[in-house]
Amino acid sequence: MNIIVCAKQVVDVSEIKIDASTKKPILAGIPQKISDIDKNALEEAIKVKEKTGGKITVITVGTPDAKERIKELLAMGADEGVLIPQPQHADYYVIAHLLAAAVKKIGSYDIILCGEASIDMFSGQMGPRLAGLLNIPQITYAQKITVEKDTLVSERNLGDKAVTIETTYPVLLTVTKEINQPRLPSLMQILSAANKPIHEWSVADLASADVTPKVHTIDVKGVPMQRKNIIFQDDVDQSVTKLVDELAKAGVLR
Amino acid sequence: MVLVYSDEKKLTLELLHKAHDLAKEQQKKTIAVCIGHEADAQDFLAHGADVAVVVQTPLKEFKAEEYATILHHLIKEHSNETVLIGSNKNGKELAGRLAAQLQAGCIMDCTNVYLKDKKLTTERMVYSGNAIAVEQFSSHPQIITIPPKVFDPLPKNEHHKGEVVKKTIDAGQSASKILKVQEMKTEGINVEDAEIIVSCGRGFKKKEDITLVSQLADVLKGRTVGCSRPIAADLKWLSEDHWIGLSGHKVKPKLYVACGISGQIQHIAGMRDSGVIVAINKDPEALIFKSADYGIVGDLYQVLPKLTNAIKDKMG
Ligand SMILES: Cc1cc2nc3c(=O)[nH]c(=O)nc-3n(C[C@H](O)[C@H](O)[C@H](O)COP(=O)(O)OP(=O)(O)OC[C@H]3O[C@@H](n4cnc5c(N)ncnc54)[C@H](O)[C@@H]3O)c2cc1C
Ligand SMILES: Nc1ncnc2c1ncn2[C@@H]1O[C@H](COP(=O)(O)O)[C@@H](O)[C@H]1O
Repeated sequence: MNIIVCAKQVVDVSEIKIDASTKKPILAGIPQKISDIDKNALEEAIKVKEKTGGKITVITVGTPDAKERIKELLAMGADEGVLIPQPQHADYYVIAHLLAAAVKKIGSYDIILCGEASIDMFSGQMGPRLAGLLNIPQITYAQKITVEKDTLVSERNLGDKAVTIETTYPVLLTVTKEINQPRLPSLMQILSAANKPIHEWSVADLASADVTPKVHTIDVKGVPMQRKNIIFQDDVDQSVTKLVDELAKAGVLR
Repeated sequence: MVLVYSDEKKLTLELLHKAHDLAKEQQKKTIAVCIGHEADAQDFLAHGADVAVVVQTPLKEFKAEEYATILHHLIKEHSNETVLIGSNKNGKELAGRLAAQLQAGCIMDCTNVYLKDKKLTTERMVYSGNAIAVEQFSSHPQIITIPPKVFDPLPKNEHHKGEVVKKTIDAGQSASKILKVQEMKTEGINVEDAEIIVSCGRGFKKKEDITLVSQLADVLKGRTVGCSRPIAADLKWLSEDHWIGLSGHKVKPKLYVACGISGQIQHIAGMRDSGVIVAINKDPEALIFKSADYGIVGDLYQVLPKLTNAIKDKMG
């Protein structure tokens, strides 16, 4: 099986600080990482490869420093990486076109894996968009994947029900965070990953891709979160009494 | 035209309100699409649709590939410029695929939609709730998904005039097929509707101890128990309908009590719009206190029984 994993470099959202005066998030200088669920996608790819053999290629559209992140994925078990520079003005339309063009350039593939959503944007848009551009079947929110020679069976988690879908290849799946536990690479794997190739393709190399965005971000606003932050830490009985008084005053005990 | 589709009837009605407003402002018409569910068409008209299109199809269940093809046909035919889709898991996978087919822009999970300088403009939460992105379309068609409960349906108006149009569309056939649909174990809880929620996290040592939370929820009128991701996803002590947060349910009760929950950003993302937030945690440094109105630093095993009794006394 030839497997392609789409992995995104994101800011570590838990490290974001809010600018006290503008109330906007400060994004500069925040550590970058691979979007959590994309590691689940790679883990699933590795499991498939362990069963069927084949090759795993990871593709990232991102800034040049994403190369360091791709190395982590090669250490985990991907065979090759592809890094495509992210155009300055890029929306989902643009990035999906770049990913689709890269997939076509890779040529032979059976399975494409994405995360159910990226941890910074949490859209769940890229997977279905890419499947649509490639005109191949899609299975989103996969919580279980079983690979056979000619068919793949997967279970979608819809929260209140599970839908089992069977498909032929090629297919694109987006996986949930619960599908597996991504492995941590060993020191040996980290060292040997240095010899695995990372191809850097320019937007010009992917001539078929249209890079005119359809959507523009006109502002990123802060979210005011005004909370009282009244914390009781004395003796438990006193704390409880004070809390109940406050809640009664706030009018929520009716 | 402003076209509306969701596989949930209730969500379609909510979206129709927004569609109606957007259409009015631009002197356009509103089209609601029913795939399979013919009986809903009259209700859609009564809630603001000018046209209800009933698509007859042999498909028994939602399938993204085929449904995208159906909507693609309709949009081409009606030159629909704006498409509103209900933001649940099916809606999102449909919207993304449809956007690819139409070469269109698409914005997911919008909590605000309006025209600014005559351009369709949206707001959505990004960076796990740290910010709101304001985005604008520069082309047509434009696809937006909207989560449940962002808008209320218009009041039912039986006199609102509109027409029902029946259509047969060849949805094609994807290489994939549904083998089975299984109900997942749930307790039928609807945290999104709850007025009061008491939630538990990893601070609980074992499953049985969750009764401490349900007892408190019982004395409060809400009676609804929520939880953090690990309780539902990893430990499976509660079913997924209790799960609150970025990848779980988004809630806005008037009172939210978080017990033994650390307050990671992904949990906060699901409950930050609550009225009053209370936190109980033994760690005075826990992040949850930053997002709380009131907090008690203490062992939940001591605090919860006392709090339950005190509230019971207070409420009589
Ligand atoms: C992509 C992604 C999506 C996610 N989506 C969600 C989501 O939707 N919802 C969600 O909740 N999380 C989500 N998470 C996980 C989130 O980051 C946290 O890991 C999770 O919320 C932590 O759960 P917790 O607070 O119950 O556990 P912990 O972080 O382990 O916190 C337990 C808390 O209990 C306290 N405690 C322990 N013992 C006691 C005691 N006896 N008395 C009082 N307090 C005690 C501790 O001080 C601690 O603060 C997501 C993560 C990712 C990466
Ligand atoms: N810039 C990118 N490069 C590679 N893959 C991406 C990129 N953006 C999104 N993806 C993939 O699409 C998934 C869903 O992202 P999103 O639609 O942003 O929620 C991610 O989990 C990745 O698998």
